[in-house]
Amino acid sequence: MPERLLKPFQPQPWRDRRIEIILGNLLRTGVLLSAAVVLCGACIYLSCHAHEPTDYRVFRGEPSDYRTIPGVIQSVRNGRGRGLIQLGLLLLIATPIARVVFSIVGFAIERDRMYVAFTLIVLAVLLYSLLGSGVGL
Amino acid sequence: MTFTVLEFTVMVASVSFVAGLLGSLTGLGGGVVLVPLLTTFFHVDIRYAIGASLVSVIATSSGAAASYVKEGFSNIRIGMFLEIATTFGALLGAFLATRMPTNALAIIFGAVLLYSAFLSRKPRPQAQRNLPPDPLATRLRLNGSFPDEDGQRFYNVQRVPAGFSLMFGAGALSGLLGIGSGAVKVLAMDQAMQIPFKVSTTTSNFMIGVTAAASAGIYLSRGYVDPGLAMPVMLGVLGGSLLGSRILVKAETQSLRLVFATVILVLGLQMLYKGIWGNI
Repeated sequence: MPERLLKPFQPQPWRDRRIEIILGNLLRTGVLLSAAVVLCGACIYLSCHAHEPTDYRVFRGEPSDYRTIPGVIQSVRNGRGRGLIQLGLLLLIATPIARVVFSIVGFAIERDRMYVAFTLIVLAVLLYSLLGSGVGL
Repeated sequence: MTFTVLEFTVMVASVSFVAGLLGSLTGLGGGVVLVPLLTTFFHVDIRYAIGASLVSVIATSSGAAASYVKEGFSNIRIGMFLEIATTFGALLGAFLATRMPTNALAIIFGAVLLYSAFLSRKPRPQAQRNLPPDPLATRLRLNGSFPDEDGQRFYNVQRVPAGFSLMFGAGALSGLLGIGSGAVKVLAMDQAMQIPFKVSTTTSNFMIGVTAAASAGIYLSRGYVDPGLAMPVMLGVLGGSLLGSRILVKAETQSLRLVFATVILVLGLQMLYKGIWGNI
């Protein structure tokens, strides 16, 4: 084992910290934005359907309007509250993905190729889940 | 009995708010009690409950990240490296969840709840670790430092393969049950990898959002995320956990933890019962 590898690694604490703080604020902004969109959707949904009965006993699965990105956008265009709620939830799911994208930039600035590669793997899994599983269709 | 949309929304939002508040104050997480509460008291199908809970987990993790980051404990390299394991695990978990009978889901959920309750009562040794650097951890640049009373304290990460495997399991549980599985994540980092507890908990929180996002896409496309249910759950849990991170009730945390652990224990037994006797 070369001695170089046994020396404790010291990431530049100042740069790391700054990137982390930017990422933390990005996450909070994303969450608050998505919560605001969900809340708007909730107001429309409740004003239209407040007195209808609920039934979640039997699993039916959501209609495609609430399962895919184009379906959600279409139902938002039609002014549907539930479509707006789903849009807010999509923004929420996108928030950690944005964090991963920004981390790639951060590691690239530090010229840490290994971690750029690790982060790209994580991003690929996230995009596969969101787009490969049929949400994008 | 059936509720109207308005009644249902108000009640679910209130319960979620309390769950988020208690989860944040005790550090045990609110997601883990939501699914049993929704299935038991609101007669929600476990698949809808899991979809709504998973979404709320992303909200609490991401919402709390900004305040955790400022404390300077989390280690983004450890987090990102282990997220490779948790995101692949989450994909597997979500894939299994769409194929598994709901009874099996309830039994696994019950077991996880019992384990969480047990873990929360176990005393945590505050060992001063001073371990030699591990070659693999050094090569992966996982070792780091955090602020202490007397300056920066450095730590050396141990047993990377064991931690990585446990993290895969944590990701699979998160994808399967729609929970953050913070307890297993902390177990992997604190116990297996010998990462200081404070670093483990904050890094775990940072990872939970990314892990949950990996299975959320699959849940959404399979129609598990119902807007009418996910809306009050997400807004309630987020509100509760944001309030919880602002108020400090240091003196009562111990008894609060005991109360919450008891709730988790009871819900766990109930889920096991329902799973085994086919009542779900």
